[in-house]
Amino acid sequence: MINLTIDETQVEVKEGTTILEAARKAGIDIPTLCYLKEINEIGDCRMCIVEVEGRRGFATSCVQKAEEGMVVHTNTPAVLEARKTMLDLILSNHPKDCLTCIRSGNCELQALAIKLNVEHIEYEGERKKHEVDEKSPAIVRDFDKCILCRRCVGACKRMQQIGAIDCMNRGFESCVSTAEDNSLADVDCTYCGQCISACPTGALHEKDNTLEVLAKLKDPEVYTVVQTAPAVRVALGEEFGNKIGTNVKGQMVTALKRLGFDKVFDTNTGADFTIMEEATEFIQRLNGVGTLPMITSCCPAWVRFAEKNYPDQLEHLSTCKSPHQMFGAIIKSYYAKKIRIDPEKIYVVSVMPCVAKKYECTREEMEQENLRDVDAVITTRELARMIKQANIEFNDLEDSEFDHPMGDATGAAAIFGTTGGVMEAALRTAADILDKRDLEAIEYQAIRRDQGIKRAILTIGGKEIHIVIASGLKNARTIMEEIKRGKADYQFVEIMACPGGCVMGGGQPIKSAKIRNTVNVRKLRADSIYTIDEKSVIRKSHQNPILQRIYREFFKEAGSELAHEYLHTNYKKEEKYKI
Amino acid sequence: MNIGQNILGTNFSFDVEIRLGAGAFVCGEETALIESVEGKRGQPRLKPPYPAHRGLWEKPTLINNVETYANVTRIINNGADWYASIGTETSKGTKVFALGGNVNNVGLVEVPMGTTLREIIYDIGGGIPNGREFKAAQTGGPSGGCIPKEHLDTKIDYESLAEIGSMMGSGGLIVMDDTKCMVNIAKFYLDFTVSESCGKCTPCRIGTKRLHEMLEKICNGKGTEEDLEKLEKLALNIKNASVCGLGQSAPNPVLSTMRYFKEEYVKHITAKECEAMECKALAKIVINQEVCRGCHLCTKVCPVDAISGEPGQKHEIDQSKCIKCRSCVQKCPFRAIGAGKQA
Repeated sequence: MINLTIDETQVEVKEGTTILEAARKAGIDIPTLCYLKEINEIGDCRMCIVEVEGRRGFATSCVQKAEEGMVVHTNTPAVLEARKTMLDLILSNHPKDCLTCIRSGNCELQALAIKLNVEHIEYEGERKKHEVDEKSPAIVRDFDKCILCRRCVGACKRMQQIGAIDCMNRGFESCVSTAEDNSLADVDCTYCGQCISACPTGALHEKDNTLEVLAKLKDPEVYTVVQTAPAVRVALGEEFGNKIGTNVKGQMVTALKRLGFDKVFDTNTGADFTIMEEATEFIQRLNGVGTLPMITSCCPAWVRFAEKNYPDQLEHLSTCKSPHQMFGAIIKSYYAKKIRIDPEKIYVVSVMPCVAKKYECTREEMEQENLRDVDAVITTRELARMIKQANIEFNDLEDSEFDHPMGDATGAAAIFGTTGGVMEAALRTAADILDKRDLEAIEYQAIRRDQGIKRAILTIGGKEIHIVIASGLKNARTIMEEIKRGKADYQFVEIMACPGGCVMGGGQPIKSAKIRNTVNVRKLRADSIYTIDEKSVIRKSHQNPILQRIYREFFKEAGSELAHEYLHTNYKKEEKYKI
Repeated sequence: MNIGQNILGTNFSFDVEIRLGAGAFVCGEETALIESVEGKRGQPRLKPPYPAHRGLWEKPTLINNVETYANVTRIINNGADWYASIGTETSKGTKVFALGGNVNNVGLVEVPMGTTLREIIYDIGGGIPNGREFKAAQTGGPSGGCIPKEHLDTKIDYESLAEIGSMMGSGGLIVMDDTKCMVNIAKFYLDFTVSESCGKCTPCRIGTKRLHEMLEKICNGKGTEEDLEKLEKLALNIKNASVCGLGQSAPNPVLSTMRYFKEEYVKHITAKECEAMECKALAKIVINQEVCRGCHLCTKVCPVDAISGEPGQKHEIDQSKCIKCRSCVQKCPFRAIGAGKQA
């Protein structure tokens, strides 16, 4: 242990602790801006500078380690003046249109200006101007608002190992950009959206689709159906001041009904279909029909990553569409017939924790008889904005249930929202099918560990199967390299592009660096999802009565020709960006 | 050859691999150079860890200028005592300067540490050409400071240079005569550091740009006294808060000229005058009627025909036409042309 003094306060910390973390332990909140633990530790914004007695110049507290006997001052007049000057300089090169900024109220730069009591900007001067990149269907880059903290670069390059964005030019001309300054749509971006989650300002945000959704809601000719992904209900509440991970399913459903959707359904029901199809496909592949290992395909950023980086390995991907796409297809076919509505009049909106889903729903193969499976995708954040705009007092809402029958889902579907969940849900069904009985041991604790790569050997149906779960594209690459080089003996692989899975998706409520650095957001949201599963009466997808009915009345059986037509898809090579 | 395989028939082999950088100034900073050698964007790392502990490819690294390594050979050959016998108490050995600017003999000179500026400029450099006066010497490259006349007899070493607001830096030594405007000089050097900043840290990326903008404002006659205070405050904060040596030293030209030539800044701001006539917005070039002999040479060099007067008669400059190129100032054999008071 190390003892040091920070602002006259004695504090004892473990070796390797940074001055910043030591200060937090002592109840001292040193401001930071560019620092994002394990993602961006480059000390370039200079907000966290402190004085260390006996040292020349300021120390960078976010990265510099605490040392025995160190005497640190975080707020001397010199430090305060320098820190304020740094913030002044950043603000001098930043637009002042906070009132109309998408991040107003949740902007770390704004928060710092308040914290440091900025009254005016002393060093006004030239501001850098960039064109807004709106070409991609998922992510908007408004780089006038970029403060060069490079947290997005850390997320893309270090955390995800994609490197679609990096710093270009130098000095005042520096900017974060793409290869040859192209649109994100034209480089190797996977649309995972982790750059958005990392951005402290409004420089990166989702493509807003709320206006078109609002227009459809007002159109009496349109039958609007909304579905919500499993990870949305455990995060939406955060936008209304609830604790991280609070399950607000009931209030969310009420809010959606108040917004005017004709039907409010649960993507979890779609997830149950995905499990039926995927478990069936997996068993077929285990029996020699198709390539092993089989890799999950419900994450569109992962699919785009695979199409760009491993085009010769695409036969490993399950042909199953993702849950909301399957569900959209079912709503516009089976359900439309059932309620006798022209499917052309149905407008399906998916509320997703993800920005890549915006891209996924535009993929050309995601349609049936010239009807898009899903017409629009909005993120958890966009839904929160719509609710606020509609004057709905979210926290005062009574709970209500999803509309029947397409809102009935199992616990297996609920856990889709976290890393390992798809695997666990699929195993529950596959094990029952293979064992031909209703197994009681359904919680696969071995794959619920808090790790980026989780390997396990399980016995189902008397067969030993090797599985691996990877979340985060860096880990996905590790697994894909093993598979590509023939060094893997897995039969089943689950991959999610975002570290932690959908609960940490790029469309979820954005948490400040301070929260991300000190709270395990992933665990809080994931725990909430596991609680939903535990409390579910039915916890296996194949036991969902509505699913059984639709198979009986429409698809006949899992993996049938009709099921393939509506619920499965295909992949193609995507060109990588060539310099 | 003393490098390569089996040097001088021994079992000792020593290979040298030379990497070509892309030429960024910041890659003179040791950790930025390491990044560049590793094939990354040339920008500095945070220290600690220092290169001697963790440098190139995370390994302990010796990283020094060629001059330092060249000295190592001589120290090994002649002994440390020999080397230590040259120089001052705290800075040993010799130093190579790149002598340039308004000095008769330009080139590389190697002198013992502790040699005075006067010795270098006048004894070795042969003094200032064209009979002009010495005004300042700028040492250490673009981010060094400007040293005025009163420090000509300072014995140069690392410590004394730092004390008078400059630095050894790259070993550059630029001599400036009395035709130079020190505000303009500060702007000139800032211009360089602004474009050579890697852009990583806030103070260097935005701060030097703002310094430059303020200097430009002053040179354009739009400066205020408040700007002077802001200039100094910002310069000090950039110096203190920057990540690497580039940012930490970039304000030196501003701070040193403000320290030694404050009255020039004040004149630019209050009287709207640039005596050296380098700041075009402020310069007013006039012919001293008492000195003019009517030689007519000035009219021949004036590119815009702004000078009127018959040979043998007094000449005059039409201010509405004059582009302040100063060709006439330099041409006049009687030094009759110079800065006039602003109307």
